[in-house]
Amino acid sequence: MPETLRGIGVSPGTAGGPVARMAPPPVLPPPRSVADPVVEAARAVAALATVAADLERRADAAPGAAAEILRAQAMMAGDPVLSDTVAAHVTDGRDAPHAIADALAAHREAFLAAGGYLAERAADLDDLRDRAVAVCLGAPMPGVPDPGHPFVLVARDLSPADTAGLDPAAVLAIVTEEGGPTSHTAILARAAGLPAIVRCTGAGAVNDGVVVGVDGTLGELTVGIDEAAVRELADRDSTRRSRLAASHGPGRTADGHPVGLLANIGSARDLEGTAPDAVEGVGLFRTELLYLDRPSEPTQAEQVAAYSAVFAACAGRRVVVRTLDAGADKPLTFLNQATEPNPALGVRGLRLAQRRPDVLDTQLAAIAEAAKASTADVWVMAPMVATVSEAAEFVDRCRAAGLPTAGVMVEVPAAALRADALAGAVDFLSIGTNDLSQYTFAADRQVGELAELLDPWQPALLSLIAACGDAGRRTGTPVGVCGEAAADPELAPVLVGLGVTSLSMAPRAVAEVRLALSARTLDECRRLAELALGADDAAHARALVRAVATT
Amino acid sequence: MPSRTVTVGSRTGLHARPAALFVAAAAAQPVKVTIRTAERGPVPAHSMLSVLSLGAKCGTEVTIAAEGAGADDALDTLADLLVQDLDAEAADA
Repeated sequence: MPETLRGIGVSPGTAGGPVARMAPPPVLPPPRSVADPVVEAARAVAALATVAADLERRADAAPGAAAEILRAQAMMAGDPVLSDTVAAHVTDGRDAPHAIADALAAHREAFLAAGGYLAERAADLDDLRDRAVAVCLGAPMPGVPDPGHPFVLVARDLSPADTAGLDPAAVLAIVTEEGGPTSHTAILARAAGLPAIVRCTGAGAVNDGVVVGVDGTLGELTVGIDEAAVRELADRDSTRRSRLAASHGPGRTADGHPVGLLANIGSARDLEGTAPDAVEGVGLFRTELLYLDRPSEPTQAEQVAAYSAVFAACAGRRVVVRTLDAGADKPLTFLNQATEPNPALGVRGLRLAQRRPDVLDTQLAAIAEAAKASTADVWVMAPMVATVSEAAEFVDRCRAAGLPTAGVMVEVPAAALRADALAGAVDFLSIGTNDLSQYTFAADRQVGELAELLDPWQPALLSLIAACGDAGRRTGTPVGVCGEAAADPELAPVLVGLGVTSLSMAPRAVAEVRLALSARTLDECRRLAELALGADDAAHARALVRAVATT
Repeated sequence: MPSRTVTVGSRTGLHARPAALFVAAAAAQPVKVTIRTAERGPVPAHSMLSVLSLGAKCGTEVTIAAEGAGADDALDTLADLLVQDLDAEAADA
């Protein structure tokens, strides 16, 4: 009987296949005395040979340039001078892992001394050391696994660096023990269209090669399934995909209530590969990209060029531009930001405009100039607004710059608590659920342990969204959601029931959300919202809504 | 001791693919061959890590040396390999 492990489903879909675990680099244990140096030396040399053979096998399977790099690395592992040095270190009394680490450290020095290209390859030697030491210790090979066949990737958590080397064609699904619904893993999986589960306790104990089933919608990992079950999961997923491919057009509930489905982007490039009718526009255009990694502020002309590229890609459609959202956690050189003891609660977002009003005014002027030359319907919003006066002042500045549609993000609970007055002062509200969660629950987004508090199904978060939705209904103000919550197809009907009028997400997630909305009438959405609001916690809210969905 | 001094012909120098091809060829010779630059070495030519550590770039002068039966033939083969642009094949492939 297969065992079922539960976590948080963060990217919908189903898949089955053998597990391959991503192990962290092995920790070098304290040195131990060697009883038989001959046996120990043979063990060390065999570990290097195993690593060389593994790299050779990966080189055979890799395309062009990647194969050359792997082959060169395999030759380093198989270097006879290296095995001689390692064997000599063992004879000197070192154990196998330390003999390997010391021998490679000497070559690393030589690489660094040679400088240039070789210095950059020093990381290859670190990787060799980690692999060979892992073999000696009987630990799994570190890094993204490459078993030579499609696999379900199981990891503690994934960093951006880990996923850079990930081949989406070889990965069937992703399961992590840590992370949360807004973690890098979740975002990556949704962008790649891979089923994914996070916070799945016990997943790390499933051995490599064990065949598992992943349901990224329900958040269930089934351990030890047979071939028929794997086929069933694959069939279910292809049915799901073909249903998605057939869905298009503007977002609507089953009874025709319109819900704007928009894209979150950082530049015009993020819209490449998205058909013009796949989204109704852009609900969040993050402008930070332009400002990062540069000693001086981008000129108005540079900004106009970047904004124009996005507006041109969205001719005739809505584009919501968010003004610069910088803070001490992502400091900008030209702003001379000091380090703050608690950057998330510091001078960030619109608060920076108090200190440097010129930066905001230049940006608004650039947006207005680009908007004038395009047919896109350009809206502008400010991040990190806490009070109604801040919102009103921002709207005034937008109007002065010639931008007719101005709104604010609701990320600070203070703003949501004053939703009525806020909605009266602006043209629209856009709820950033990721930050609103972290501030409402006093839970840092970077701390994986707190992921449950940051789950967008938390009833307290839904209450704040409801306050905004009610304010929007009373004043006729559009209320959007542009956090990761908007990309959850099960949550979408709940958000609409709370009064949300548009959802903005990674372009890839839109079809799934459109399909979920088309299955519910507005009244049903409202009933689901009431159920979720009455729950005790996120898991309870999800279970209550799911119970209705499956009956 | 017989030796040959040639300049490295591969456009990226004695790195990655050219180094791998040279080291594999050196390992296949019946005699032990060493390689050095003006600044570094000599090091065993059949050791990938040692050859890489020379940091020989395109146009760097390198000297290979060997002793014993077949040394001259081995050196000719390897010298011929060193002067070629071993990246060219990859670029054309």
